[in-house]
Amino acid sequence: MNILVYLIPISLFLGGIGLAAFVYTLRSNQYDDPEGDSRRILSDEWDDHPKP
Amino acid sequence: MTSVLRPSFSACPACSAAPAATDAAQAQAAQAAKGDARLMLSVPGVHCAACITKVERGLMAHPGVSAARVNLTLKRATITAAPDIEPAEMIALVEGLGYEAHELDAAALRATATDRAGRELLMRLAVAGFASMNVMLLSVAVWSGAADATRDMFHWISAAIALPTIAFSGQPFYRSAFHALRSRRLNMDVPITLAILLAIGTSLWETALSGHHAYFDAALTLVFFLLAGRYLDHRTRAIARSAAEELTALEVPRAWRLDGAGETQVAVAELRVGDRIRVRPGGRMPVDGVIVQGTSELDRSLLTGETHPVFAGEGQAVSAGEMNLTGPLTLRATAVGSDTSLHRMADLVAVAEAGRANYTSLADRAAKLYAPGVHILSALAFLGWLIGTGDMRTALNIAAAVLIITCPCALGLAVPAVTTAASGRLFKRGMLIKHATALERLAEVDTVVFDKTGTLTTGTPTLEAPEGLDPQALSVAAALAAGSSHPLSRGIDDAARRLGITPADLRDIREVPGYGTEALWDGRRVRLGRASWTGAAPLPQTATFLQLGEGAPLALRFADTLRTGAAEAVEALRSAGKQVMLISGDSPPAVQAMAERLGIPEWQAEALPEGKAARIQELTDAGQKVLMVGDGLNDTAALSAAHVSISPATALDAARAASDIVLLGADLSPIADACAIAQSATRRIRENFQIATVYNIVAVPLAVAGLATPLIAALAMSSSSIIVSLNALRLKGGRR
Repeated sequence: MNILVYLIPISLFLGGIGLAAFVYTLRSNQYDDPEGDSRRILSDEWDDHPKP
Repeated sequence: MTSVLRPSFSACPACSAAPAATDAAQAQAAQAAKGDARLMLSVPGVHCAACITKVERGLMAHPGVSAARVNLTLKRATITAAPDIEPAEMIALVEGLGYEAHELDAAALRATATDRAGRELLMRLAVAGFASMNVMLLSVAVWSGAADATRDMFHWISAAIALPTIAFSGQPFYRSAFHALRSRRLNMDVPITLAILLAIGTSLWETALSGHHAYFDAALTLVFFLLAGRYLDHRTRAIARSAAEELTALEVPRAWRLDGAGETQVAVAELRVGDRIRVRPGGRMPVDGVIVQGTSELDRSLLTGETHPVFAGEGQAVSAGEMNLTGPLTLRATAVGSDTSLHRMADLVAVAEAGRANYTSLADRAAKLYAPGVHILSALAFLGWLIGTGDMRTALNIAAAVLIITCPCALGLAVPAVTTAASGRLFKRGMLIKHATALERLAEVDTVVFDKTGTLTTGTPTLEAPEGLDPQALSVAAALAAGSSHPLSRGIDDAARRLGITPADLRDIREVPGYGTEALWDGRRVRLGRASWTGAAPLPQTATFLQLGEGAPLALRFADTLRTGAAEAVEALRSAGKQVMLISGDSPPAVQAMAERLGIPEWQAEALPEGKAARIQELTDAGQKVLMVGDGLNDTAALSAAHVSISPATALDAARAASDIVLLGADLSPIADACAIAQSATRRIRENFQIATVYNIVAVPLAVAGLATPLIAALAMSSSSIIVSLNALRLKGGRR
């Protein structure tokens, strides 16, 4: 059962990464326009070069 | 515009709000440095990826625009442009692309303020989700047979995760429960808080004594599901609030004040009694006042429902909200702000609204039965076990299990899930639910009362039977009407254009404000305007008169233009078995014609504002549930008196504020659908309550008998919550 010493911190750490990623998306206003963002990917506006 | 992620983690909501404020300040500073202004347009027509690209590309093509972004969720375009760019120019640009656009007063939209509460809730939800999943995984080990030291270790780790999470994520419940208790009431949050705290407390105690059962996972799942319901509820309201704010922002309240130096543009709020104010043709009266200079015609339809424009001359009193049609007017303000007749109507509204406050939502009714029941049940279980076994520890454990099992997870989700689905569906059809219980009330409606002017009709008149008129006369009329912005002139212009008639060649065209237009045609004097001015006898119907030289004046009659979907809405409501009525302040012939055109059997004309409200009160007293659809100031009292009310987005601010639902588009046909959706939503809510009740009937005896292990609690709670959510979503996929 000594493996638990590694496994539990690892699982908590991985979960923490997910939480931190969510906090990042929340803070960078990525939920302001969910409908628009889901459609924007269909636009071919910036297909050739990235948006400046 | 994205803000940079800051590594600082703050311990209080105010601290986390501070970075947002600095962001906003920095953004403004950056704009000020570049000298750019930020404009906001409401673009209700955008609906697809191609629309976004088209509008953004179109705006960016303008040399003065440095950035443009369309928000599809809010149907808004944010434009960063050089300071000399006028909003009107941008609106013309977007309209040129084929989309309706309106200016928004950016100051009235506090985007960050409304968003902060939602973000805070989402953050708590995320933390609760993270913690509950981890603790659930640790619990799986315990359920599958971990024993002794391993079980204790898992329990301690669970406790270490659960305690800070409960402290952080549960705050909305603690606060609400505290407020309820302080005012000596019981709400849903009291049993929730008690369950969470008791579960955590007994679990800690059990863990310390290396016991078998700990409810950390159950407490966390409970918080997670309840926060999910809370967040859905918040989002539905935030969308409604932001759309309502947007409607207010659409009316940029400015007036032109005359002083020594000339005209200055000021905010309406700054006007004082005695100020002289210039109102241009096409503008609304900002205050009550007396005309000191100029003659014109006034459109009073928003206040009285009359479609016929009235003459306005020096010395005449005008009220706020009336529209100036032909000539510039100078007013001396006699009442401003809350003293104007627009605001005096508020008293009527307040009286009428007292009746509506009596409505208790289904959720409140459920909570009223539920909260005391839960407490009594768990107290009885505690006492029973304490007396039966004499063991405090077992009794407390049982009480915690009962509280957790009965906790209104499913109830907390039952209503928000359905209202979110239903409001989302209605919002897509252009209906904005402003009031929390409006959906439930809409489902009960059996009588629909319509206002005429501005609700069933667009308020823009069309020329009646232009084919029957002498083309030559029509060409003269069209030429006379061409330069005027008067609604009747626009009607003549449209009719002539539709028939392909070219305007006659006129000389010396002169608009006489308040009377009409005159000119010279082949050396003869021709006039288009009011009956008295052209020497004709006035007609009961909306009409203008054309006088060619010395001949008898020719009457040009007008009919109201029906709003799109008006006929369909009336038809669908009638076929759904609802009683439809038309109550208007307009003259009887006009109202009768409209009622016959739409097939509305009951109508009432020349109704005063009090009369409308009284009629609705009569219907209500007779046990009918009335839906009032109206737009004008004269409808405001009736809108508040009705069981539920709808107003179009073009309505006056006061009317929109008094109504529960706002129709965002120009189309009326969603009204009938809305009733059907509301009925289906209420049915789902009831079903969800039934599911939750069945679940409680099955699970509570287990808990009271002491058979509810943490595994059973976790399974029962999650499955009932998921079933309830799925049932709510059925609304979206079900019909059409």
